[in-house]
Amino acid sequence: MQRRDFLRTGVGLGLLTGIGPFFGGLDPLTAGNAVTKTDLVAVRGGEPEVMFDKAMEALGGMGKFVAKGQSVLVKPNIGWDAGPERAANTNPGLVGHIVKRCLEAGASEVNVFDNTCNKWDRCYSNSEIEKNVKEAGGKMVPGNTESYYKEVNIGKGKSLKSAKVHELVQRSDVFINVPVLKHHASTKLSLGMKNLMGIVWDRKFFHSNDLHQCIADITLHRKPDLTIIDGYNMMTKNGPRGVSTADVVNLKALIASTDIVATDAAAAKMFGIEPEEVGYINIAHDMGIGNKNLSELNIHRIKI
Amino acid sequence: MSYFTLKKTRVVLALLFFSFTFFSFIDIYELLPERITSSILFLQFVPSILKFAQAVSLATIGFIVVILLTVVFGRIYCSAICPLGILQDVFTYIARKRSKKKVFLKFKKAYPLVRYSLLVLAVVSFLAGISLVVNLLDPYSNAGRIFTYTVKPLVVWANNGVAGLLQGQRIYTLHLIETVRAPWAIILYVFLFFVFIAYLSYKRGRLFCNLICPVGTLLGLISKKALFKVRISSDKCTKCNKCSSVCKSECIDLKSYQIDYSRCVACYDCLPVCNDDAIKYAVSKSDTNKMKPLQGEKKLDRRGAIATLLAITASSTILAQHGDGHGISQEGGELGSLPPLKLSLREHPVTPPGSKNLARFNSLCTACGLCISACPTNVLQPSITEYGLIGFMQPQMDYANAGFCNFDCTRCGDICPTGAIMPLPMEEKQLTQLGKAVFVKGNCVVYRDGTDCGACSEHCPTKAVTMVPYRDGLVIPEVNQDLCIGCGACEHPCPVDYPHKAIYVDSNTEHVMAQKPLEVESEHNALEEDFPF
Repeated sequence: MQRRDFLRTGVGLGLLTGIGPFFGGLDPLTAGNAVTKTDLVAVRGGEPEVMFDKAMEALGGMGKFVAKGQSVLVKPNIGWDAGPERAANTNPGLVGHIVKRCLEAGASEVNVFDNTCNKWDRCYSNSEIEKNVKEAGGKMVPGNTESYYKEVNIGKGKSLKSAKVHELVQRSDVFINVPVLKHHASTKLSLGMKNLMGIVWDRKFFHSNDLHQCIADITLHRKPDLTIIDGYNMMTKNGPRGVSTADVVNLKALIASTDIVATDAAAAKMFGIEPEEVGYINIAHDMGIGNKNLSELNIHRIKI
Repeated sequence: MSYFTLKKTRVVLALLFFSFTFFSFIDIYELLPERITSSILFLQFVPSILKFAQAVSLATIGFIVVILLTVVFGRIYCSAICPLGILQDVFTYIARKRSKKKVFLKFKKAYPLVRYSLLVLAVVSFLAGISLVVNLLDPYSNAGRIFTYTVKPLVVWANNGVAGLLQGQRIYTLHLIETVRAPWAIILYVFLFFVFIAYLSYKRGRLFCNLICPVGTLLGLISKKALFKVRISSDKCTKCNKCSSVCKSECIDLKSYQIDYSRCVACYDCLPVCNDDAIKYAVSKSDTNKMKPLQGEKKLDRRGAIATLLAITASSTILAQHGDGHGISQEGGELGSLPPLKLSLREHPVTPPGSKNLARFNSLCTACGLCISACPTNVLQPSITEYGLIGFMQPQMDYANAGFCNFDCTRCGDICPTGAIMPLPMEEKQLTQLGKAVFVKGNCVVYRDGTDCGACSEHCPTKAVTMVPYRDGLVIPEVNQDLCIGCGACEHPCPVDYPHKAIYVDSNTEHVMAQKPLEVESEHNALEEDFPF
């Protein structure tokens, strides 16, 4: 090798190893969907667990969100005393699977809770989320008394200036929001942001102080690091509680993003309505919490 | 069987019955299945009579079993089954351990006038449909209230203390229990009763059972003719007073070697203490049975006893119409520029599913508090005067302050020992209309603030409350009372404060069946395209 060639190669390699990490290493190059960053992943046609794995692969892997030794909060919707087939709560298999993947990524602990609408312990058990989470090695944490909730200030909130928020949201290193996509009588749809009503103690305040504004405001306290919308079974009417399985269709969809406004906008489209029809999506977009304009996002679509 | 073993067996049985009964009332983790609780309470005398009058079946003949047991063995209900009796024994036991007196208790005369007057009062008021007297006198219900209103809060408090400590260490095996505090009037009444009975038993053993308790008096009438009896042999007795000194009923008169069988609770405490072989528990022989009535003891013959029994049984079927509560109508106050909030108060309290109608419920419920203890959502709360004085401490559905009825739950009916709340199959419970939701538009957030709310419709399990288009893209509640079951899932979460709730349940004094919610298959078209964006 000529000295010139040697130097050239040496400098090149040096640049690669030194500068490479600034561009995210070699991972993006090998992830298939090169160069541009994926803002949102939408998956159709698989079982919840499979769709989740595909989505995470597209987003850069679980390790991008959960580092070794971190504590994780997985917040599903467990609002109702209803079985999984009613799709009033997040799919239990999906929740358990997420817990498993977090632990595989090295999480020190994975906790799951919701401030339920029906009697909490019946919701936990009849939704089958408790069983799946425990089997996966996660912990079900109660949220049934005010003592779990600590006052926080929401400086930029318009209607909601302060709220009592579950201490897990405040102390966990990683916050993964796992709502179920469903019809909602008053807000039209229950999605990612709506699911965050389950981290606060006093929901009555929301209802009597401009519900949509409060839903947008609560996301300011702590934006989830990742929002996974479960659209495997979708409640199309009589939401959010539903009456029977006649309300449910098997949509087989899953939407994932770090942008909670984008997931909600995409899920609204999946449901069959425009994001603009949902009050809190508009408010959150205008407040700069996220982007509801799907055309401006880099969306990764996966059909199984 | 030696008398020592006999007594020990009685004590063990008593402790078993007491433990299970007690645990049923403080079972904050719902560990005991309803049918176990029902089996344990099967023998409770007053609840069983009431239930028998509702449904004659093998499951309701507990009181007949008790009567038969009494005919054979005497008042073992009082010493081994009655939770209030056994509770009193605890205090008597402590008193005896602490006492330095050689003679702890001694023979006392009976108080027949008080006893039989109270029995007659209980029976007559029962016949007249005034359940209150029985509720205040029934020993099981009194014990139940002590457990519910004084012990359970302490159990919850202790649990929450320990659970709090564990949860500090991220251990969630125990959880914090939410409670709704009972009205002070009830806590105070029950606590004073507890102190009263503790004092009475500490000083005088089973005086309550032989003075006030109508069940004790009634069984006393039967136990006079019991097959097995304790008797003292005048030939062998040295009048050492050992037996009468341990007699909780103070009914052994050694002057005449007689025992007042109407007061003897068959506890067998006297049997093992005799060193002279002078006291026996054996089948009575007619010749030795001839004894003159004790001083001051009014002689009530068998017919009298049977008549009293029949009267009690009959009374539960003759249900007087009463308990018409009290109408409430007040003017709403002036508030801002909007029209004043209207008062949304129901005329009568809502009774639990399975209670069928108000009058029936008021006359059958003995206010033992078991359903209140067992209710998972705390929606069942004791009333003070909501039913009128007649229903003092009887449960009501407290939607405004406590909670709402869980759609998939039948626990109160499954557990109720008197049949005041009949067990309902799940499908029937989910259609039983306790009342009807009434929407008060003038109080509603959507109308007053012009913002979305819908908390009522969200929680409605049958979609009797739906949201319909209003103005400016808003939706407002609309009630279809045919579908409503009156569970209170709308009233409880309504963010407008009581007593101005924008939706409330107006009670049905007679429960009816609601229409089955329509199950229209979703018309939602599966998406043509996989990704509509």
